[in-house]
Amino acid sequence: MLKKFMQWALATTLTVSALGMAGQAVAHEGVALDKAPLRTNDLASLQRGAKTFVNYCLNCHSAAFNRYVALTQLGLTEQQIKDNLMFTTDKLGDTMKASIDPRQAKDWFGANPPDLTLIARSRASDSGSGADYLYTYMRTFYRDDTRPTGWNNIAYPNVGMPHVLWELQGSRRPVYVKEEEHGHEVEVFKGWEQITPGTQTPLQYDQTVADLVNYLQWMGEPNEDHRIRLGVWVLIFLLGFSIIAWRLNASFWKDIK
Amino acid sequence: MAEFKEISPNASAGARLLNWVDNRFPASQLYKEHLSEYYAPKNFNFWYFFGSLALLVLVIQIVTGIFLVMNYKPDAAVAFASVEYIMRDVPWGWLIRYMHSTGASAFFIVVYMHMFRGLIYGSYRKPRELVWIFGCAIFLCLMAEAFMGYLLPWGQMSYWGAQVIVNLFSAIPFVGPDLALLIRGDYVVSDATLNRFFAFHVIAVPLVLLGLVVAHIIALHEVGSNNPDGVEIKGPKAPKDAQGHPLDGIPFHPYYTVHDILGVSVFLMAFSAIIFFAPTAGGYFLEYNNFIPADPFKTPNHIAPVWYFTPFYSMLRAITSEMMYALIACVFGAGLFAALKSKMPSFMKAVSVVACVAVIAMMLSIDAKFWGVVVMGGAVVILFFLPWLDNAPVKSIRYRPDWQKYLYAVFVVVFAVLGYLGVQPPSEIGGRVSQVGTLFYFGFFLLMPWWSQIGTFKQVPDRVTFEAH
Repeated sequence: MLKKFMQWALATTLTVSALGMAGQAVAHEGVALDKAPLRTNDLASLQRGAKTFVNYCLNCHSAAFNRYVALTQLGLTEQQIKDNLMFTTDKLGDTMKASIDPRQAKDWFGANPPDLTLIARSRASDSGSGADYLYTYMRTFYRDDTRPTGWNNIAYPNVGMPHVLWELQGSRRPVYVKEEEHGHEVEVFKGWEQITPGTQTPLQYDQTVADLVNYLQWMGEPNEDHRIRLGVWVLIFLLGFSIIAWRLNASFWKDIK
Repeated sequence: MAEFKEISPNASAGARLLNWVDNRFPASQLYKEHLSEYYAPKNFNFWYFFGSLALLVLVIQIVTGIFLVMNYKPDAAVAFASVEYIMRDVPWGWLIRYMHSTGASAFFIVVYMHMFRGLIYGSYRKPRELVWIFGCAIFLCLMAEAFMGYLLPWGQMSYWGAQVIVNLFSAIPFVGPDLALLIRGDYVVSDATLNRFFAFHVIAVPLVLLGLVVAHIIALHEVGSNNPDGVEIKGPKAPKDAQGHPLDGIPFHPYYTVHDILGVSVFLMAFSAIIFFAPTAGGYFLEYNNFIPADPFKTPNHIAPVWYFTPFYSMLRAITSEMMYALIACVFGAGLFAALKSKMPSFMKAVSVVACVAVIAMMLSIDAKFWGVVVMGGAVVILFFLPWLDNAPVKSIRYRPDWQKYLYAVFVVVFAVLGYLGVQPPSEIGGRVSQVGTLFYFGFFLLMPWWSQIGTFKQVPDRVTFEAH
């Protein structure tokens, strides 16, 4: 009876917590996020992402907790990092700091560009991982002349940041179609209209953003892949240890009648 | 002083050393009393793993904590960066930090299971009242420890969570605002707050916690462990062998040490799975917002405490000015009952009625926010009184009437639902449910003196029920 009751109590608790997580996923509002193609073990992709990051992001955004020398984990030599990814005044042990003046930044964009070291971790939510958010965000900029920068964004409406990669993507405009839904007329997003072409095709642009997001994901937790690989060994060890502990326990307890 | 023992000069070096020590410190005696000759009931089940696991997690927290303190900087300007320094630049710092952050949640999981065990098997009842009270004090310390530790990473949730909780103290009439100021050391949560929370987190509270853990174990070993049957194995009527050892007891070492090693191993599998594969546990163990440095000018949309506080946080949020009418009705009912139905002498009756009137007057005159704080605190404090609330003729749930078993099940569900609602942003329906949950939680304890006697109890056996493995 008691055992049954325990099982019941445990099952109920688990169900409730599972329901809770499901409920949370639904409760969050906003656009549906596209799934970012994550491949933090793809060094070539990470290197391309690092290049994009240094060329396009680092001018305004710092990564103040990440050191240049950490980029050696991406398969780059210290010389390659020095030659391609750093300004001459920086040292390998320095963290990646943007040279923008915070006061000017505030004047120009209305807010300080946030540090990007942990952006892939902090932007996670119930609607998707931080990488999913960034992947969606970097691909949903559109022309909006009502905004001071001339750009707006679907994932982050009225964002202060301009479309930094616009030369690659070109400028676009979202197409909305009026549809009737439950007796109301609603605007439904139907895709994009290309106003001016970019230097990259849409597919190439998605790849560029995917590489960049991949890099940001890596930078959020450089040890992530190592952690997961190590975890497999730890669990294999503990499984073996548990079997020994189980038999050891049984051999002692066989005397207890 | 114990008798000075001589040992043969031909004895082994080890035996002579031990004799030397034993003549000066009760090493062998302590070993026997607490391990090799501490007789524990042989019918412990699954629920009895969590005591030793709580001790394990305490050790994990202390050891990882020591290494974190070596690299962490309790300074609002660099605290966040120092945590990232630990995660990136300190060798194995990420592992130490994840062990500590996962350990905090694991501590609460283990302790909640441990408390639930005590609850269902009546482990708080005579003669174990002090074991239970020390345990409740440990729980209270643990909450303080976790709350102050959560400020240290100096992320957005650290900051705003602390802001919200410290502000609760300002709801206390007269002294509240000054008290909140005293806790913060400033008018908002700031560097001063971080420094004092650091001091409390790394030394003050852990010292108290360790002392209480020692007291908890000494008290337990004085009265002996309870068991799933609630049968006393060491009582005057309990069967004993020729040496006077209980027949239903077995030495803690080696039987429960090997048993606990198995428990530890399985626990470490779950613990490691989280550390290595999901250290944020989907935003429950490490909240996403906490990867953003604290910003006193930017309030997050939704501030929720970490999951282990949320059942109590729900109760806090449940106390609205509307809910106060329900509480007033409850106090009124209690006063009426005391006056008309109870068998107290008339002087006591008068005192109870006056007390109820006074409480109602205060409820009408003081803001609901204060009563929310009272309810939240009361939800923990009421646990201390459990030994004197339970009037059932049996200890263990095994021999309680079936309807009481279902009541305990509902209690578990209500606690889980309150926890779930505390994570969620406030909502109309959620608020109603947590109000009902809060009334149930308090009803469960405050009405226990009556309901615990109702129903047909089963016959408690003379010996523990045990099937050989």
